[in-house]
Amino acid sequence: MAATIKLSELAIGASAVVREFLKTGSASIRLREMGLLIGTRVTLVRTAPLGDPLELKLRGYNLTLRKTEADTVLVELTT
Amino acid sequence: MALPAHISSTVANPSSARTPIYALVGNPNCGKTTLFNALTGLKQKVGNYPGVTVEKKIGTAYSQHGQPITVIDLPGAYSLAARSPDEAVTRDVLLGRRADTAQPDRILCIVDATNLERNLYLLHQILDLGRPVILVVNMMDLAAAAGLTVRISRLEQALGIPVIACEAVNGKGLIELKVAMSRPDLPLARHAWDVPAAIAPAVTELQASLVSHDRKAPFLARAEALLLLTDQDSVRVAGSTPLHARTEEILRSWQKYWEGEGTDWAGALVNSRYDAIGRIAADVILQTGETGPTASDKIDAVVTDSVWGWAVLGAVMTLLFISIFTLAEPPMNWIDDQTAVFANWVQRVMPEGDLRDLITTGVIAGVGGVIKFLPQILILFFFIGLLESTGYMARAAFIMDRLMSRVGLNGKSFIPLLSSHACAIPGIMATRTIEDPKDRLVTILVAPLMSCSARLPVYLLMIAALVPGDRVPLLTKVSVMILMYALGTLGAFGFAWLFKRTLLKGAPPLMIMELPPYRLPRVKDVALNMLERGALFLRRAGTLILGISIILWFLSAYPKAPAGATDQQQLAQSFAGRAGHLLEPAIKPLGFDWQIGIGLISSFAAREVFVSTMGVVFNADATDDIAPLRHAMLAAKWPDGRPLFTPLVCFTLMIFYVFAMQCVSTIAIVKRETNSWKWPLFQTAYMTGTAWILSFMVYQTGTALGF
Repeated sequence: MAATIKLSELAIGASAVVREFLKTGSASIRLREMGLLIGTRVTLVRTAPLGDPLELKLRGYNLTLRKTEADTVLVELTT
Repeated sequence: MALPAHISSTVANPSSARTPIYALVGNPNCGKTTLFNALTGLKQKVGNYPGVTVEKKIGTAYSQHGQPITVIDLPGAYSLAARSPDEAVTRDVLLGRRADTAQPDRILCIVDATNLERNLYLLHQILDLGRPVILVVNMMDLAAAAGLTVRISRLEQALGIPVIACEAVNGKGLIELKVAMSRPDLPLARHAWDVPAAIAPAVTELQASLVSHDRKAPFLARAEALLLLTDQDSVRVAGSTPLHARTEEILRSWQKYWEGEGTDWAGALVNSRYDAIGRIAADVILQTGETGPTASDKIDAVVTDSVWGWAVLGAVMTLLFISIFTLAEPPMNWIDDQTAVFANWVQRVMPEGDLRDLITTGVIAGVGGVIKFLPQILILFFFIGLLESTGYMARAAFIMDRLMSRVGLNGKSFIPLLSSHACAIPGIMATRTIEDPKDRLVTILVAPLMSCSARLPVYLLMIAALVPGDRVPLLTKVSVMILMYALGTLGAFGFAWLFKRTLLKGAPPLMIMELPPYRLPRVKDVALNMLERGALFLRRAGTLILGISIILWFLSAYPKAPAGATDQQQLAQSFAGRAGHLLEPAIKPLGFDWQIGIGLISSFAAREVFVSTMGVVFNADATDDIAPLRHAMLAAKWPDGRPLFTPLVCFTLMIFYVFAMQCVSTIAIVKRETNSWKWPLFQTAYMTGTAWILSFMVYQTGTALGF
């Protein structure tokens, strides 16, 4: 299995598959309710002009979340 | 065409069926409001859920045969595991936890066809409730344009409930929907999904407790049990019935057990729901077209670009700001003129006396003062409606989030705060878009520090008195003005930072939301929303503002001076004048005398009233040109002969106006929006306290330095 990185470390335009949630709690549950689950493929579309929050594409829609939340999600790069 | 049996039977025997109550639910941005407006037209009642500032909208739709159907438009929600008061109300109404709202008989769930999977998550939770559900798949045209085919009949088969393809924007599918809604019986969903084995026993136990202790129906109890297990530290709002202690106990002991085992129970529940949804989606959605960058992606490449993004945001905000200022001015002046014309007419036709004074200067002026807010409110909400329905609002929050998070707020506080530069009333009303209750309250508390347009005349008068000569150099005017605006803004952010760290401490608000695709706004929805805001303001705050204005009028009109007294003498010996004298010891350290005190008191009606009050106090006409008033003020002296309006006093007075809470209309709207007197009183105290302290420091330091 390829090495995992934090979702917040993903390069703009890169795609990855979610592998692990490092934290439980309301933010992590809400992310999963929004469809960001283990095995879900995400693309980092862009960051906001000041670098935070992030914009992801998953399941055909665009989701925004802060870096602090993205720090708690591990992803595996896909090619 | 022959009618299907069940429809014709309702026509033949209308009394047999009680009109069903439908709840309309859906994710944010799925076209729920458009569908609600299309179904109910203008037959809507907008109110509030008691105890929470969440809007309650109920409308009446008519079936094809003219039978009324009640529709409750519940706030948009991503999930029933509530993370905001809006979502909490949706959850509580659906679960029958609110005593103030009847539990809906049937549920109308609307989903976005272009984003079916995530939208089906909410439906999946709703199907647990065991109520008849009609699914509306909206935006079929946009899905087709994106190369997606949604196979409605397959979806209907998979779920076992009526599924209606719909384009709410142009009314397609509405007839089919109304036909389905008036069916006397609706099938229940085929809704079997596997609760993870580790969690199933907890669901059973909680369900049993909810049935026996909380007196819930079995189906509902299971849904609630599942929700309690997802809803870890869910948002609780006023008006929702608490759980029985035994149920709470069972929940806590399971959570403790799982924590020990390292089981991520809530995550596992979400996963199994998405597994079930995934199986349905795979069968229902066909990706036929290309999946290149969409039009929205292309727009976003500019609108959220690190350089262009600021330019676009700046341009949009400048347009918004200038519109509120310039477009609102003519109707505001017109309202002033008409109020005066009407008051004059009453003056002529009524016999002289106290009643006439009450009507002309108390009631009519008061009503005029309330209506005067409408142009700004309508314009702001027209813009906010446009920004929200096009999808730009989410981008503005996305861009501003980083800056706002430095003081502990999120991007959504930006527009309410900016709008408060025009007027805090619409700004505070606009805070309803902020989901987090603490963030919303902090935004409300600091909004009136943003210098509003009512302070402008005061600043202008003080700047005129500050500099020698009748003409104020433009540069001076602009730089003092910028200084005042900057002070107010700094103050607002400083206090937001302080409140978020002390009084309203809380976890940093989440910023997990969809950035919806750009869409063309629907003018009808925007206009309807704008009119609703205006009506809500008049109904909820207008009466309170009117009442206080009449009291303020009374204080300046009574007790009556002997006949033949001038306005100046009347004011000086009125209650307000006496209050000015009473106030003098408190404001003397700021360099203000009792005459300025009267001005400060009269400012409570609206800050700009300070100027006309000074006109009366110093017996100078300030209606067309402030020069005579300026001369009169500069001639004013303390009893010991020192000049009253020294440049330092003028400057101190401006500082005072930047920070002090002197607006009854703001107090009234804060009372309405926070549902208590506690917050408006706290706000008045902290703002006016800050104003006093800063003015004191400025005046005393200035005096010590010899200014």
